[in-house]
Amino acid sequence: MSAFKPLGGRILTPAFLFFFTVFIISLYFMVERFTDGMGAVANINSGYPWGIWVVYDVIIGTGLACGGYALAFTVYVFNKGKYHPLVRPALLASLAGYALGGFGAIFDMGRWWQFYNILLPWNWNFNSVMLEVGLCVSLYIIVLIIEFSPAFLERIGAKGLLKVLDKVLFFFIALGLLLPTMHQSSLGSMLIIMGYKVDPLWQVVHFQPLLAVITAMIMGYSIVIYEASLARVSFGGSDETPLLSVLGKVAVGLMAAFVVIRLVILGSQGKLGLIFAGDMSSILFIIEMALFILPAVIIMSPAHNQSPAKLVIAATAMLFAGSLYRFNAFLFTYDPGAGFSYFPSGPEIMVTLGVIAFEIMIYLIIVKTLPVLHRSEQA
Amino acid sequence: MKRRDFLKSGLGAAALCGTAGVVSEAEARPNLEPAEEAVGMLYDSTLCVGCKACVYKCKEVNGMEPTYRDGADYYDSASDLSGDTLNVIKIYKDGNGKYKDAEKNGFAFEKRSCMHCVDPGCVSACPVTALERQNRTGIVTYNPDACIGCRTCMTACPYNVPQFEYDETFGQINKCQMCNQKGVERIDNGQMTGCAEVCPTGATLFGTRDALLAEAKKRTALKPGETYNYPMGDLSKPDSYHEKAVPDYKDHVWGEKEAGGTNVMHISAVSFDKLGMPPLEERSYASVSEGVQHTLYSYLALPAVALAGLSFVVKRNADSDEGGEQ
Repeated sequence: MSAFKPLGGRILTPAFLFFFTVFIISLYFMVERFTDGMGAVANINSGYPWGIWVVYDVIIGTGLACGGYALAFTVYVFNKGKYHPLVRPALLASLAGYALGGFGAIFDMGRWWQFYNILLPWNWNFNSVMLEVGLCVSLYIIVLIIEFSPAFLERIGAKGLLKVLDKVLFFFIALGLLLPTMHQSSLGSMLIIMGYKVDPLWQVVHFQPLLAVITAMIMGYSIVIYEASLARVSFGGSDETPLLSVLGKVAVGLMAAFVVIRLVILGSQGKLGLIFAGDMSSILFIIEMALFILPAVIIMSPAHNQSPAKLVIAATAMLFAGSLYRFNAFLFTYDPGAGFSYFPSGPEIMVTLGVIAFEIMIYLIIVKTLPVLHRSEQA
Repeated sequence: MKRRDFLKSGLGAAALCGTAGVVSEAEARPNLEPAEEAVGMLYDSTLCVGCKACVYKCKEVNGMEPTYRDGADYYDSASDLSGDTLNVIKIYKDGNGKYKDAEKNGFAFEKRSCMHCVDPGCVSACPVTALERQNRTGIVTYNPDACIGCRTCMTACPYNVPQFEYDETFGQINKCQMCNQKGVERIDNGQMTGCAEVCPTGATLFGTRDALLAEAKKRTALKPGETYNYPMGDLSKPDSYHEKAVPDYKDHVWGEKEAGGTNVMHISAVSFDKLGMPPLEERSYASVSEGVQHTLYSYLALPAVALAGLSFVVKRNADSDEGGEQ
């Protein structure tokens, strides 16, 4: 018997209604974007063609949706079966994050009615990093649906289908490990061709894919810790703190590797001096590094790493660290030259908040109706 | 168990470092070479008088509306490239702005339009081949029927040239296609570009890239103060010439080598960083990006090997009673 159970309970809670309201407000601006053009809603311009809809909704959003990816590595590659209870909620969050990233990509796509062009092989440009990202993300959304489908099939009692799926699931799990490795690293590679527009502290050229994939893993582990802790606080259930604190240690290892590799790269490119230049870029770099180091200090301390509250703080810092790295590279320090500036408009921010609210609503509905969360006997 | 785990993590780390090592050693392909019969333009900033006849003609050829700024009523006052402006004349000014082509207390004109890169970033970055470098002419063209509007070309252009029509419900990218787009085809018909045709001083000169580069080098090598007979229109068959004293050119032809070179080249008496040209080296970003991408994904060999390995490991671990150590 599966120990995954639907939470049950009311769906229309006050929290749910709050998210619903945010989503409805954002819907107004989404419609406006489609009727009056992107310029009517967003502040993007010729120097900053990518605003928060690309950088947050897609580039950072998919990073924050790497929980399923990070856990799959833990459970299926390093064979740590005890983390199995965390897999389904992580997969659900990944599915919600990626699906909404894909949705974000549609309303950020200037010629959305022709989106299918990227799926037609005769259009493909194999030199394009964006092609790899677009195809891999599309494919991964399908893989996530398949990986998550047992929760749905169990609910409707489709035993035959479950048996068939069980036989081939290993292949989709493997794909679910490969595809994010590919497109998450490519998100970094996209920075290479932007050249001088990317600040020297973030323009590490050949090493972009490596740093991007490490941040994806860090964001993946931290979102698992964050969500599991939040679900425990909101819905009760078994205390997974000991498990989470071990995952935290894995994330610390990755963060240490990230910080060391990055400093070595910057050193080899002769850019270490820029860290202390005192300008905006250097300040943002130092804040970012502090966010990578702070959680390591918390998690390595035996007094703190068994405390759920401290773990949430550490996970939050890790999420901000990974997000700020991508924000800095793609937006905050991005400089296309004199005469251009960008700050998101109110409606533009509202659309992004609406997307996040929608993602949370889906998550809440599904954990209450499908067997996603792992419940111990008392539940 | 511990030992096996240790070995496995070691192997994983080694694979990651190995891949990183391969990528860091990735030999970028060389920059692309100019097209065989590459056509282009030479903009000589010292000849430009800022009349903006080229801006007017460009809009006429491309059927675009004039842009008005601050309620001005003169014919076109576009201050920069936009979805409605593919060519614009900008001004550099220093101090009291008295002397033409002087860096101090002077002013100078500069043209902004697509440079038609020899190794274009936009073409390399476009996922759906909406942007292409034409084999024969080297002209960088745009096909709205393929374009999905992702605007990666805009991030990949060192000159911020491709412009998306943000104000249109169904917008598209616009950029100069050297008057050779479908329905215009001036180059294929043996004509020159609109902007070169109407330029009254020969500041914008049309020709083959080779001939223009030779002309540019000849000019920058002239002695300041000498008289030179400047051609106008199409360099291969100039409409007319005018004699003028040679200014103090910088010994630099912009576009000879920058990021692989461009078919539209500039010369000037004011240094190009002051005229707002970007900080580019000789290596094109496209060549570096493609080097990394093809190292990782050539024939999908690396991903295929990785998928096989992952499938094996996942299958074995999933089979060993729902995941090993409980």
